[in-house]
Amino acid sequence: MLDSFNPSYNPACSPILRVENVTIRYQTDDHHVTATDRVSFDVFESDRFVLLGPSGCGKSTLLKSIGGYIPPTAGDVRLKGKKVTEPGPDRVLVFQEFDQLLPWKTVRQNVIFALINGGRCKTEKEADSIALHYLDKVKLSKFKDNYPHTLSGGMKQRVAIARGLAMKPSILLMDEPFAALDALTRLQMQDELLELWEETKFTLLFVTHSIEEAIVVGSRILVLSPHPGQVRAELNSHKMTRGEAGASEFSALHDRIYEMLFVEKPTARAGA
Amino acid sequence: MSIEVIGARTPEGIVLRPEYERPVETKPDAKDVTRKLSTWEHIIGNEMVRKAAVVALVLIAWQLYTDLADVQPLVFPSVVDTLKALFASMMDGELFLRVWGSLKVLLAGYAIGMGLAALLTVFAVSSRFGSDVLSTLTAMFNPLPAIALLPLSMLWFGLGSPSLIFVMVHSVLWAVALNTHSGFRSVSETQRMVGRNYGLKGVRLVAKVLIPAAFASILTGMKIGWAFAWRTLIAAELVFGANQGGGGLGWYIFENSQNLNTDRVFAGLLTVMLIGVLVESGFRAIEKRTVQRWGMQR
Repeated sequence: MLDSFNPSYNPACSPILRVENVTIRYQTDDHHVTATDRVSFDVFESDRFVLLGPSGCGKSTLLKSIGGYIPPTAGDVRLKGKKVTEPGPDRVLVFQEFDQLLPWKTVRQNVIFALINGGRCKTEKEADSIALHYLDKVKLSKFKDNYPHTLSGGMKQRVAIARGLAMKPSILLMDEPFAALDALTRLQMQDELLELWEETKFTLLFVTHSIEEAIVVGSRILVLSPHPGQVRAELNSHKMTRGEAGASEFSALHDRIYEMLFVEKPTARAGA
Repeated sequence: MSIEVIGARTPEGIVLRPEYERPVETKPDAKDVTRKLSTWEHIIGNEMVRKAAVVALVLIAWQLYTDLADVQPLVFPSVVDTLKALFASMMDGELFLRVWGSLKVLLAGYAIGMGLAALLTVFAVSSRFGSDVLSTLTAMFNPLPAIALLPLSMLWFGLGSPSLIFVMVHSVLWAVALNTHSGFRSVSETQRMVGRNYGLKGVRLVAKVLIPAAFASILTGMKIGWAFAWRTLIAAELVFGANQGGGGLGWYIFENSQNLNTDRVFAGLLTVMLIGVLVESGFRAIEKRTVQRWGMQR
């Protein structure tokens, strides 16, 4: 357990992901919009790092920039010390949209497609056994030969997670992966994600706009304020679970973040 | 706190009832959960059977009309006469020769048209200028009936197959290019990003993500292109007839109408329809195995 964190302890490894003063601006038909403004943070190995903020704080844009799809206007994104310039299989993205699975491939073929094209496997046979292993982990062995359109939303997201984990990326990037699911499935998916994390302790960067989801899923939470996205706080939540044990701490943290985002009104920047 | 009494109303007006929990029932009480379809339901459920029934009805109505209305066979031959003429034309080999003559031209034109459409679309997805070129050219040429180009085509390429092939290319190219391009553009951003996530770009991204994702549109373009080409070809052969080496199905219809072999004219028209239906069902079969199976089309 990560119970006793000693701030003076400096692990030999530097952070896996380092985001430094990243500003992202983009152009709409008649505006220049600043999505994020000088955002910095570090993600260490086995972190469950959450980017939390209301819509308009640029968290998804930031994640796509880390994914290599959007170059930052200023600042640097470095993965294991190497500057990110283009998308690549060392940073697998799991999207919110269900159509992230390729509809013309079965569940199993979707995972194999990633493994072969992403360069993790040379042969179809090798990819097949890895695919089955990860589909088993997300409890979808029974549906391995189904086409995606026959699956429910939760199952599709589980396939996407299996596809991402099978790649063994340096970091798994998840962009509000459960936001389009119904509330009950969402709770279930959060628990399953944590179970998967317990097994292999993969490094996770998770974007959400739900305070509760951030506390449950995350071990560390970066709170972003909107218009433009700026860092408000970085908080620890590794002790929090949904269980009864830490209920009061959980709700205390919840209230603290809530106040940060909604109660304290920023003074000068408001109404931009 | 006041004591809550079952059946009483709370101050807010809610009637209090006792709570309960139940174990999950494992046995479904209905015996008739799944039942096999009867033979009759199977037959009715088959699309082919239903369509064949429609064809049979049309044929019966046609035969009844010619029998009862006492029309001249020279003007409107009966089903039986038409089928006899069709059979005779098949037996002496003439019909097959004509059909092959038409299909040869069609296939050549279709293949060239598809190839050009592929080139044009790749050009269009790879640059904004290419996209402008494609959309402007399709806007200009798509509304132009291919047959209207035939006189010009004959001036350039003479009376043989090349002028017909030119017209075929024109009827296939724009329909396929237009649909493929719009298909590519409507591929979701997520799917493109997934492809790029696993290291695909350029031609590999087009081949492995864009083409399958846009396959429904591409197939639609191919169907429209085929329908345009087939109609245009028959019409061109009918109007301008001559084609070195005997001419095709349109010429067969024209020739027989000149000789007042109306039953053979009908046989020719029937063949045009039959080939149309055959090719359509070929496209249907492809659709069933691809876009319908993938849930991209109902």
